[in-house]
This record gives sequence, structure tokens and C-alpha cells, in this order.
Amino acid sequence: MTDPLHLPVAGTPFGASPSFADLVRRERPEAFPAGMQQPAATGLAIPHGTTVLGMKFADGIVVAGDRRATSGNLIADPKMRKVFAADQFSAIAIAGAAGQAVEIVKLFQLELEHYEKITGDRLSLEGKANRLAQMIRTNFPMALQGLVVVPLFGGFDERRAEGRIFYYDATGGRWEEDDFQTTGSGGQPAKNSLKKRWTPGLSRQDAVRVAVEALIDAAEDDSATGGPDAVRRIWPVVMTVTSGGAEDVAETDVAAAVEAVLSARGAR
Amino acid sequence: MSFMPYVAPEQMMKDRSEYAHKGIARGRSVIALEYADGLLLIAENPSATLHKISEVYDEIAFAGVGKYSEFEEMRIAGIRLADLRGFQYGREDVKARDLANAYSQALSAIFTQQMKPYEIELLVGEVDGEAGGTSIYHILFDGSITDEQGFMAMGGHAEELSEALRDRYQPGWDLPNAVRAAVETLAATPEAREIPTEQIEAGVLDRTEAKRRKFRRLDPSEIEGALAG
Repeated sequence: MTDPLHLPVAGTPFGASPSFADLVRRERPEAFPAGMQQPAATGLAIPHGTTVLGMKFADGIVVAGDRRATSGNLIADPKMRKVFAADQFSAIAIAGAAGQAVEIVKLFQLELEHYEKITGDRLSLEGKANRLAQMIRTNFPMALQGLVVVPLFGGFDERRAEGRIFYYDATGGRWEEDDFQTTGSGGQPAKNSLKKRWTPGLSRQDAVRVAVEALIDAAEDDSATGGPDAVRRIWPVVMTVTSGGAEDVAETDVAAAVEAVLSARGAR
Repeated sequence: MSFMPYVAPEQMMKDRSEYAHKGIARGRSVIALEYADGLLLIAENPSATLHKISEVYDEIAFAGVGKYSEFEEMRIAGIRLADLRGFQYGREDVKARDLANAYSQALSAIFTQQMKPYEIELLVGEVDGEAGGTSIYHILFDGSITDEQGFMAMGGHAEELSEALRDRYQPGWDLPNAVRAAVETLAATPEAREIPTEQIEAGVLDRTEAKRRKFRRLDPSEIEGALAG
């Protein structure tokens, strides 16, 4: 095994690289997501995922996303999932070119698991956030061709015992957020909604409702964001990350939150 | 120009084999036991952080005895192989047999081609969450590979340990029973002594675990509970 750091001691590599992304790039470059070259501006209609948001609440963080993927003015997928557990204590939500984004999420999940298995320790939340920034940066050539991927990342910091949220731009820039953040085409209306409704220390139930309401607001103003579909029972995906780990909020709870928001609007 | 004196191939293999055997015999042992819900791996290990037992993939675990630096290198190579396979194909396509074969090939090449053989023995264990099967592969320093049923021991006193386990082992033990049998067997060989709980390293592949990753380390309190029970 060669080491990407090239710090040879007596001619042999020093230290085993715990990075799965580096391993793939070295051993199987053709399988590496950013290794693909496509001519600029081919005009291919590629599915895009749209609105996702993350926010803090009393026990940790909530990450949520709508379910629509669009391709130009067509709906490519009415129930795409854009919010994923990255590992036991963190979650990632993606907006942008769907194929590219899902591939980056998959690679990021493996990166965290691989690190944990090789070194025997989980990465710190700070370490995970930095690693994701580097992976987004390697996608930058693709972003210039229109395949932009902008994630939200958050998790429970076991050392500080609190939830933390990070957001990124297409160049791999990374910022930490104190309260909430949104991204994607419906990000602005969703953020406006959160500005009015988010307060520090929300309970889990209130946080789920505030998140769902922001997604409904985004769907009302942005054609690329899908609202909840009670007929086909397509609800937003909502995840929480707390000291107990990352988990999906049950569909029945999300449906109840949607119902509460919509009936409150109907009564106005 | 220097000349190597002629050594008959039989003699060379015999010398290397003796060298590796001696290295392995100096170290402590690992025991693997099938129990009702999966596979238990247990080792006497004075270090709490330099592990002999490790997770490799969802349903696959690894154990090594002998020279730490050498089996650690093998462990890392195994995790890399498994993660790459799972990424390129599918998670269910990563199999213990594949990994055991890779180890066997690598150790065989090292044994015949390198200056000195690796002084290690490896174990690759797997539980099948759906079919309920368990496999244990034992790979020796020269690349020979066997697949074992029920239990196995490797390391310093492998033969005595295997013999003791053969008399005692019963299929379908629950976890505390299996832990007790393994620890008592380790503590009775080569001579009876007390092994402090913090010097027992244990991990299980638990097929009843709902999550994708079936490997879990047993913490000292869990081991103590099993021994007391």
C-alpha cells in the first residue's frame, strides 16, 4: 500500500491513509465521481434536487428536504430522498445535480466509515465537516460545467455535547451556522419562513413543524420544490441528530405536522 | 560480487516455517466461538488500544495473532479491499471467502519471496444475517487456509486451546456462556492463572443486530457480567 502523504521513513511509506476517497482515486480513478469528464455545456437535461434545510433545536439538529427532482421544467422524480445519515452522529442534505450529489453522499458515508474502521476512532464533527469541504472542492470542475452540488451538513458534536450545522458553496467554502440554514432553488423562501418561526431551544415536535412549514412555504413560491402530496402520501424527509444518534422522523409524525400546518392555513 | 550459498528448497521452507512458528508461539492467543446469535472472538490482550480483533465489513470481522505490525498491515489491507469492493459492486457482494483467499495469496507470496515470512496467523469470520450461517477461515503464515466449524483457536497455545474447546464446546450457547467458556479456556492454558477483565478483548458479529454493521466490541462491564453469571 502506498501512502498519499509521501513521507517515507527509510524508504517505506509512513502511516496508513484512513481516507477512502484517496483510496478510490488512487486505485480506481474511473470510479471516482469527479474523475468523469464531460464537454462543457452539452445542454443535457440533468435532474436537480431542490430545497433542503437544517436547524438547531433543544436536543440537537433537524435536517429536512422536499422530495422533488426537476429536469428543466419537467419533474424528474416526485419522491427523491435528499437527506441522509452520514454516519451514526451526523446527517447530510443535498441540493443540486442529483446524480453527482448522491455519488458524493455515498462517497462521504464510506469515507467516515472507512476512517472509523482503519483508525478505530470516529472523526470529530469538525473533521467530518472539513473533509466534506475538500470533497466538494474536488467537484469544482464539474460545478463549472453546471453540475453544482451544495450540501448542508450537521451533526451532534460528542465532545461539545451540542448540535452543529455547516453549509457549503460550490467551491468547497465552509461556514458554520448558529441557528438555521437553507440551500437549493427554494432556499430563499424557506429561509424567510424560518426567520419568522425559528426560535432557540425548540422542542422536537415544534422543530419538525417549523421545518415542514418552511418546506411548504418554499413549495408555494418555488416551482422546483415539491409540496407534500397527501393523495400519494409523499411527505418531506425529516431527520434528527441528537446524542442518541441520527434517525428519521417517523412518516406519521411528519404527516401530522403537515396536516397541522395546512389546517392552520385553511382556517385563516 | 557476492554468492548465496546453495540451500535446498526443502531446507529453506523448513527454516522459514520454524522461524514463523517460533514468532507466533511467543504471542498470546485468540479464540473464535460460534454461539446462538453469531460469532464471538476473544483474545487475551494486555493492551486496551492495540487491538487483535477488528471490524472489516458489515458482516465480516478479523482477528490476528503474532507480530502486531504485520497483522495490522493485513487488517488495513483487508478493510481497503472490502470497502473498495462494496463501493464498486454492492455491499452484499463483499464476502469473507474472497478476503480469506486474498490473505492466503498474500501470505503465500510473502512466505516464498520475502527475506523473512510474516509471523502471524489470521482469522476471517462472517455471519450471514439472512441465511443464519457462520463461516470461520483460518489463514496460516505460509498462506495455507482452512475453514473451521464451531470453534477455533490460534496463537501461542493453539493446540492445547483447541483440545480444551473440543471437549467443552456445545453448539447453541448463548453469549454469556460462550464468553465464559472462552475466558476460562484461555485462563487454563498453558497453566491456570487469573486474567484481569481489562486484559480480555472481545468482539461479536451479532446476526440479530438490526443495523447493517453487525460487529460490536464487548465492553469490560459486559464481559464481567458474563463471567459472573
